[in-house]
Amino acid sequence: MLDQSYYEKADEIIGRYGKKPSSLIPIMQDIQGEYRYLPGELLTYTAQQIGVTEAKAYSVATFYENFSFEPKGKYVIKVCDGTACHVRKSMPILEALYKELGLSKKKHTTDDMIFTVETVSCLGACGLAPTLMVNEEVHPKMSPEKVVALVQELRGEGA
Amino acid sequence: MMISNKAELDKCREAAVEELQSYGCRILVCSGTGCIATGSEKIYQKMMEIVGNTPNVTIEFAPHDEKEHVGVKRTGCQGFCEFGPLVRIQKGDKVVQYIKVQPDDCQEIFDNTVMGDGLVDRLLYKKAENTYVQPDEIPFIAKQTRVVLENCGRFDAESIDEYIAAGGFKALEKVLFDMKPEDVVEEVDQSGLRGRGGGGFPTGRKWKQVAAQEEKERYVVCNGDEGDPGAFMDGSVMEGDPFKLIEGMMIAGYAVGSSEGYIYVRAEYPNSVARLKHAIAVMEERNLLGDDILGTGFAFHMHINRGAGAFVCGEGSALTASIEGNRGFPRTKPPRTVDHGLWAKPTVLNNVETYANVPKIILKGHEWFRTIGTEGSPGTKTFSLTGSIENTGLIEVPMGTTLREIIYEIGGGLQEGSEFKAVQIGGPSGGCLTTQHLDEPLDFDSVKKFGAIVGSGGLVVMNTDTCMVEVARFFMSFTQRESCGKCVPCRIGTKRMLEILEKIVAGKGEVEDLDKLEEIAKSVKDLSLCGLGKSAPLPVLSTIRMFRDEYMEHIVDKKCASHTCTALRNYYINPEKCKGCTKCARNCPVGAITGEKKEPHTIDTAKCIKCGACIENCSFDAIEVR
Repeated sequence: MLDQSYYEKADEIIGRYGKKPSSLIPIMQDIQGEYRYLPGELLTYTAQQIGVTEAKAYSVATFYENFSFEPKGKYVIKVCDGTACHVRKSMPILEALYKELGLSKKKHTTDDMIFTVETVSCLGACGLAPTLMVNEEVHPKMSPEKVVALVQELRGEGA
Repeated sequence: MMISNKAELDKCREAAVEELQSYGCRILVCSGTGCIATGSEKIYQKMMEIVGNTPNVTIEFAPHDEKEHVGVKRTGCQGFCEFGPLVRIQKGDKVVQYIKVQPDDCQEIFDNTVMGDGLVDRLLYKKAENTYVQPDEIPFIAKQTRVVLENCGRFDAESIDEYIAAGGFKALEKVLFDMKPEDVVEEVDQSGLRGRGGGGFPTGRKWKQVAAQEEKERYVVCNGDEGDPGAFMDGSVMEGDPFKLIEGMMIAGYAVGSSEGYIYVRAEYPNSVARLKHAIAVMEERNLLGDDILGTGFAFHMHINRGAGAFVCGEGSALTASIEGNRGFPRTKPPRTVDHGLWAKPTVLNNVETYANVPKIILKGHEWFRTIGTEGSPGTKTFSLTGSIENTGLIEVPMGTTLREIIYEIGGGLQEGSEFKAVQIGGPSGGCLTTQHLDEPLDFDSVKKFGAIVGSGGLVVMNTDTCMVEVARFFMSFTQRESCGKCVPCRIGTKRMLEILEKIVAGKGEVEDLDKLEEIAKSVKDLSLCGLGKSAPLPVLSTIRMFRDEYMEHIVDKKCASHTCTALRNYYINPEKCKGCTKCARNCPVGAITGEKKEPHTIDTAKCIKCGACIENCSFDAIEVR
């Protein structure tokens, strides 16, 4: 069971966009922005509030890659694997991150809930490839060594 | 200042121009995504601090008195992303371009160039013994023609007053007061402007079709879901000149009789979303958006929708489905978006760059527009130039510019003097152009002839170290992942094609695989429902056509000449260089390396898993990949 405060937050977010079916995606985006994931209970709640079926809300949430029903870490690291980054060797950076954090293609989030590692198809900073994004901050010209240093730095802040 | 009628707009423009001219000096800090990533926000803050702490100098819009008036501004992308953070110091017509500026450099720049007339030599761009002071002298910028990007890097991206001072909303004023909606459609039609999102459909014809609908409820939608990996032009326009995009959409709204505009922006562009939101809020505050704009009775309201990570939403019908709150599934056409778009109403759907072209066409006329570019594709095109190229960045050139001019004159040639192999144009829906196309003029029609598309304008340059089979696999893995799954040819076809490509790069390819690939590609291309599926096989078809030998080498000889495909690499130890230090043997995870101490070692290729640990650990450069 989610704490009552979650529903209050959801009400506030629903208020921003209005109780109509077309508000579904922005509401889910803001809920995820708040909690770094989309709690299933709030999806059900939102669906009821804006007048769409739970099945429809679920189908939309699972269609778009950005929505996650799993809680994400404090730092969401999105490694860019767009063409420009790929050509400038982005995969070794991802591998270095996996190795440093004990993650893999199947396991995206560290047990201490500090880091989530994902790939993304382009961050729009191709001029500085290879890049990655930590939450909303883009880091340019990365390398396996730099990314390990970055993780260590973030870990210091996160503790 | 409210702008509720023509007189107030004129007054505001006068005040804004006067304000702009009153600056003794403007410090223009690039605030594009690239420069923000390299730390330009710190430069901005530092400059604000320095200017704020200097006696007898005021910043921004404070009363000027007798003091020196210096502006510190965040601009849109100055284009030269590779050399960020970029800072320009502007005094009247004189502009100094500094590159790779760090916070510690700010005081020196301020003392020398802002307060004095000196330069900080080490922060100037240098190339082949030349030093460049003015940005327009730098070959990368000098060779470009900036129409869409003309304000980017020169004005504060967040200031409506600077936009107005730069001539903003003059086109809107012209259409609202001097033109009938049908004149606007006609002007755009005559200009020959074609959709910059990739398809190249004539914009005027689209507007005409919407304007002719019986249904009066109509929508104007902007596709800012720039999903092609390796493309960032639209993002740069949205964050660098948001007012211009909105002005273009408003003109479209007036032309086709719509009062609602939607911009669909990719989720990965937080800066674009923030700047557009800000621009809309400011315009609403000033009465430039809303009901009764400039007292003419014309109403226009803007909405922003953020994407949620689905490439297919760049397709028109999927995009409108997403705005409506549904899964981003494309639907069967006809009916087309112009008849049956957003909320099943007639809809003008254009891309960011297309709208951004409109204000200038209105102001300067279609004849002017047709003086740029080629007969069939007038105007300019923005490209994001990336990959193995010396100068990566955002460029804008007339349609019909050759690849050679783009790569060698603007791009400065290949990185570290490497050799040109191919350029991928049009992203995952496009194809490859090679040395034989270097001197062909690039426009919508010519590129199509070579089996590729201009697409949204991503140009990824590849050198001879790039494996084209792996590139084809990379794009196929992208489209396969992004296939929405609605229609069978795309859902299953891309999967099967990906499997074959994976087999080939793993060294398990068979000769008949190429025929199979081509056969499936044809079905996917012909039978898929939407543009994503129809174009998904293009990179594969184009690489097979241009680089068949390379495919054969992977399949028959089991070799990858560029050593990109891990499974096809073979590691050897050069006995003349090996000192027998045993470091590689100790670090080999599978024990494939043997040898006596102080004697040359050998690798058992049967055991070797090709992880590369030995190379990383060899201090004598003795390990070779063949």
